[in-house]
Amino acid sequence: MKASAGGYARAESTRHAIELLVSADGQGRVLAGGQSLVAALNMRLSSDDLLVDISRLSELSGVRDAGGTLRIGALTRHAEIGRSQLVRTHAPLLSEAVRYIAHAAIRNRGTIGGALAHADPAAEFPACALALGATLHVEGPNGARAIAAEDFFESVFTTALDEDEILVELSLPKCGPGDAQVIEEVARRSGDYALAGLCLVKRPTAYRVALFSVAETPVLAQRCMAALEAGDPDGAVEALRAEISPPSDTQATAEYRRHLAGILLRRALARLQGDRS
Amino acid sequence: MTPGFVRKADVALTVNGEPVEATVPVGQHLVDFLRLELGLTGAHASCEHGVCGACTVQVDGQAIRGCLMLAVQAEGTEVWTVEGLTEQAAITDLQDAFVARNALQCGFCTPGFLVAAKDLLAMGGVPTRAETREHLSGNYCRCTGYEAIIDAVRSVAQARAAKGAV
Repeated sequence: MKASAGGYARAESTRHAIELLVSADGQGRVLAGGQSLVAALNMRLSSDDLLVDISRLSELSGVRDAGGTLRIGALTRHAEIGRSQLVRTHAPLLSEAVRYIAHAAIRNRGTIGGALAHADPAAEFPACALALGATLHVEGPNGARAIAAEDFFESVFTTALDEDEILVELSLPKCGPGDAQVIEEVARRSGDYALAGLCLVKRPTAYRVALFSVAETPVLAQRCMAALEAGDPDGAVEALRAEISPPSDTQATAEYRRHLAGILLRRALARLQGDRS
Repeated sequence: MTPGFVRKADVALTVNGEPVEATVPVGQHLVDFLRLELGLTGAHASCEHGVCGACTVQVDGQAIRGCLMLAVQAEGTEVWTVEGLTEQAAITDLQDAFVARNALQCGFCTPGFLVAAKDLLAMGGVPTRAETREHLSGNYCRCTGYEAIIDAVRSVAQARAAKGAV
C-alpha cells in the first residue's frame, strides 16, 4: 500500500524538532531512519501523522568516549555502530547485536535511537540497553531528563517518552576488564525477528540477563541473574524458564519460546567458558 | 495544516548523475518517486515494507530500501538506480555473470540483487559463500533458489580480485 502522512517538517535543530512536536499537539511522530516508521506508514498502521524529520540533525549522531561511560547519539546508524571501534571496545554486545538486525540495506538507514524509541519487543537494541544498564537521555519542552533503561520500555511500541520529547542519546557503562557480553538469538531466517533472544552481561560480581521476543517489552530475568550470581547455571536455566511467560503466535508457541530461552542461556554461558579457556 | 508542516515539499537531488527538482507528496516513498515521476522502473515496488529487497537502490554510496525512505528525505542526496549503474558500466561484470550463471529467471528481483551485490563487492576481497548469502539475505528471489545468484556474485568477486581491482 501507499503511505499516508498528514504532514511533514524537517527539523533544523533538536530545539526546532521539539517545537514542531509541541505544535503537532499529539499528532507528531519523530522520523529518524524510518526503517520501521515508513513501513508502518506504507501499511497504513498509522496515518495522518505529522512527521518531524530529525534525520538531518548531525549533532545527534556519533559515538564518543565520555570517560566512565560510552555515549551514543540517537541517530547513529546500525551500520556505524557495527563499524565503530569504540563500541567494539566498550560495548561489544552492541557490535555483536548489529549482525542480527535485519539486513545490510536496512542497517545502512536504521538508527539506534529509533530502535529504542520504537520499542519493538522483538528488537535487539532495547534488550541490549536493558542488559547493559543504559541510561537514555531525552529532551523536551521542559528541558532534559535521563531515564534508566529499566524504566523506559512500558509496553509494545510504548515507552516513557512524552509525546513532545525526543530521545537524543544513550550512555552506557563501559565494559571492564574481565567483563563479558554476549547475545544469542534464534530466528527462522537471517535478519528475521527473533523467536527468542538473550543478552548476557557478566561483570565481576554480577550478571545481567535480558530477553527479547518473550514478552511485551524486553525483560530482565531477575531470578535467573540471582542463580547465576550464586554459581548455579542449571538453577539459572530453570529459573529463567519459570519466570518468563512468552506469547504464542504463528511463529512459535509459548512453550517453544520458553524452551529456546533456556537453550540460549546455555549457549551464552558456554561462550563465556570458551572465552576463559 | 498545522504551522510548520507541509503536505507537499520541493526536493532537489541527483539521480543517475542528473540533477532533478520536483515537488513531491510527503508520503511518497523514494521508489515510487523514481518509478512514477522519473520513469525509472528498474527498481521495483513490491512488498513495500522493507522485506523483499526488490526496491533496493543506492543513496549516497550505500544500498538502501527505496520503499523505506521518503522521497522528501532524499533532498540533496545522490541516487543511483540500476539504469544509471548500467549506463555507467559499473555493474557490467555482475550483469554478465548473472546471465552466464542463470542467476535470474523472471528478473523481477534482479535490479535489487544487483545493487545489493554491488554494495557487497565494494567492500573488496572475495566474500565467502556464507558472507555472500548473509549480505544478500535481505533480497527475495522466488525463481532461482539463490544458489546461482551466490555463484554469480562470487565469480565476479574472484574475477575482480584476480585483476587486482576492487
